[in-house]
Amino acid sequence: MKELWVFIRKEFKQVFRDPRTLLIMFGLPVAQIVLFGFALTSEVKNIDILIADNAKDIMSMQITDKIRANSYFIVQEKNIGGADIDRKFKEGSVQAVLIFPTGFSNDLMHEGKAGVQIITDGTDPNTAKTIENYLTNIISNYQREKFPSASLRYQILTEPRMLYNEEDNGSMNFIPGVMALILMLVCTALTSVSIVKEKELGTMEILLVSPFKPVMVLVAKAVPYFILSVINFTFILLLSVFLLHINIKGSVLLLYLESALFILTCLSLGLLISNATNAQQTALLISMMGMMLPTIILTGFIFPLENMPWILRTISNLVPSKWYFLIIKSVMLKGLGFQYVWKETLILVIMTTVLLTIALKKFKIRLQ
Amino acid sequence: MRNLGFLLQKEFRQIFRDKTILAMMLALPIIQLMILPWAMNLDIKNINLSIVDNDHSSYSQQLITRIGSSGYFRIISADRSYKEALVHIENGSSDLIMELPAGFERNLVREGKQNIGISIDAINGSKASIGGAYLASVISDFNADLAINQMEAPDYKTTPMGFMEINFSNWYNPLAEYKYFFVPGVLVLLLTMIGGFMTALNIVREKEVGTIEQINVTPIKKWEFILGKLIPFWIIGMIVFTIGLLVIRAVYGISSVGSLPLLYIVAGTYMIALLGFGLLVSTFCDSQVQAMFVAFFFILIFILMSGLFTAVQSMPHWARIISVLTPVSHFIKIMRMIMLKGSGFPDILIELGYIFSFALVLNGWAIWNYRKTS
Repeated sequence: MKELWVFIRKEFKQVFRDPRTLLIMFGLPVAQIVLFGFALTSEVKNIDILIADNAKDIMSMQITDKIRANSYFIVQEKNIGGADIDRKFKEGSVQAVLIFPTGFSNDLMHEGKAGVQIITDGTDPNTAKTIENYLTNIISNYQREKFPSASLRYQILTEPRMLYNEEDNGSMNFIPGVMALILMLVCTALTSVSIVKEKELGTMEILLVSPFKPVMVLVAKAVPYFILSVINFTFILLLSVFLLHINIKGSVLLLYLESALFILTCLSLGLLISNATNAQQTALLISMMGMMLPTIILTGFIFPLENMPWILRTISNLVPSKWYFLIIKSVMLKGLGFQYVWKETLILVIMTTVLLTIALKKFKIRLQ
Repeated sequence: MRNLGFLLQKEFRQIFRDKTILAMMLALPIIQLMILPWAMNLDIKNINLSIVDNDHSSYSQQLITRIGSSGYFRIISADRSYKEALVHIENGSSDLIMELPAGFERNLVREGKQNIGISIDAINGSKASIGGAYLASVISDFNADLAINQMEAPDYKTTPMGFMEINFSNWYNPLAEYKYFFVPGVLVLLLTMIGGFMTALNIVREKEVGTIEQINVTPIKKWEFILGKLIPFWIIGMIVFTIGLLVIRAVYGISSVGSLPLLYIVAGTYMIALLGFGLLVSTFCDSQVQAMFVAFFFILIFILMSGLFTAVQSMPHWARIISVLTPVSHFIKIMRMIMLKGSGFPDILIELGYIFSFALVLNGWAIWNYRKTS
């Protein structure tokens, strides 16, 4: 037991000696949380819209004012036609064009109807759709105000309610995903590198010939990274509570237990990678380059899994972060208890056991 | 000049000697281009809906049928109470709940007004909010087509007054296919990862192995050494880019609307900027692991801020400044402009200017920072 303690101390010293590792360990979460929390939003804002008002009459101007007053739009006004619109889009200076025909008010009052045309830059279909929705809302609200009689006599109104996120806090969508991503990448990469480094430098040999049991070498490697990862998790949690104003709805204890389990899974994966490789570069290529994209994609926090072809959905079941992501979402944001996440927890337990068993079985105590 | 020739020979030999790295550089982009766009699909389809119908009237049935046939929704359950429906949201099988109150039809006909509750799982970001908007628009279409609204035309005798018709058109992507938007961005992403990592690793490796000392003691000049490193990777980058364009065309049927030479000019400039970045990282690091970590840190930020996943325009002001300071965001923007809209040289001039400045600054900094003495 005393030897184990000595070894763990050695590992800690090694970690703290390398400031760049610490940068990755603690700088990455900060950068990501801030970026994801504040900068990345799926909302569409600051829309550059060009209003070509060929009518210049009272109603077209009133609608223009309504759009101008809406904080989502940045309005430019210019009378332009077909080819110029194309040029504007090609420059990328506008995202949508709204065209009022000449005699807009007149047609409305006397003919009873008039058309407006909305052209959107469809290169990003989701943004285009959202812009259409915004504009339709503004125009039909105006219509309802101005001509109450023109609206339908029997009205079905919808009352949308945002569950779990009443204040519409955009960062909530990303936090669980970022947690899964960071823990997965950082734990796996650091663990795998730390062992392979010993192999590369030749110090592994020294460890193996010591009276210490070989398996204990692995344990001693894993313990510091486990502790650091838990601290890291706490750090992320504090950032999201105090910086991003996420309130944790569920039990914090459960959150910690589940996270500890997930960290164990990642550590086992890191150990497995380190067994399979002999060079730091390979270990890093596998654990970072190789795992980054699958983790980002198959966790399902940016791209909905159900849109994917069945092959990818099947593969995603093998990605531990997917299950952790589901657990965190349920516990932290929805406030659900253990009975809702026991299945996912069980899957993580099984994964950890399997990974750890293979890693320990494959651990070579001879160098060649 | 002759020295440079020898250096290039050496570099190419080294690259071709390591078959795994070479295979990775060429095969990885192809594989990823094949898989990623399938995975990164933000088309909003198949929105899962739970319905609580407390009315069971002919109107409520009609509405449900209408929603089911709209093509956007999958009605996964009809529940007896809101509580039951909430279970589906809690276990993640449903995105939206629509609750039709008892007396829905009666109230609508008698009072002319009836509310429907829609509950949206707001944790599931864009999908849920776009889903909610779709549902609202299906309901309002249903509302307008209701027989009673059609029959009892408004009171005034002749034509109704003040009806505004809105015509929409989506240019450049009329089918609203998300892949057209996304695939060119993925190509940029792959080019960035290859260009950024490979140069950084390559030079640091010489440091680690110690061969850089041997080069340092030769009369080779600083710029010759750096050019000798940059040119091979530049060529590989352009080959990868070409392969990528071919794959995009063969697999997704996306070919550039705009001029191809222009695309290559931009890509070439971008590669120089990127290699400069790799070079700069390598001058600060002593080991491959460090270089990898540092490059990883920056490339992750580049990717997240580039507008590949979320629109740069929606970010707060400070974040947009960071985005302007990353070369990736400019290239992604230009790629989309040229490939999808067919923008010409004058349109992309400003963006290209940014990339060009990055190329100058990053490479200049790297050369200045590179020391022949250790």
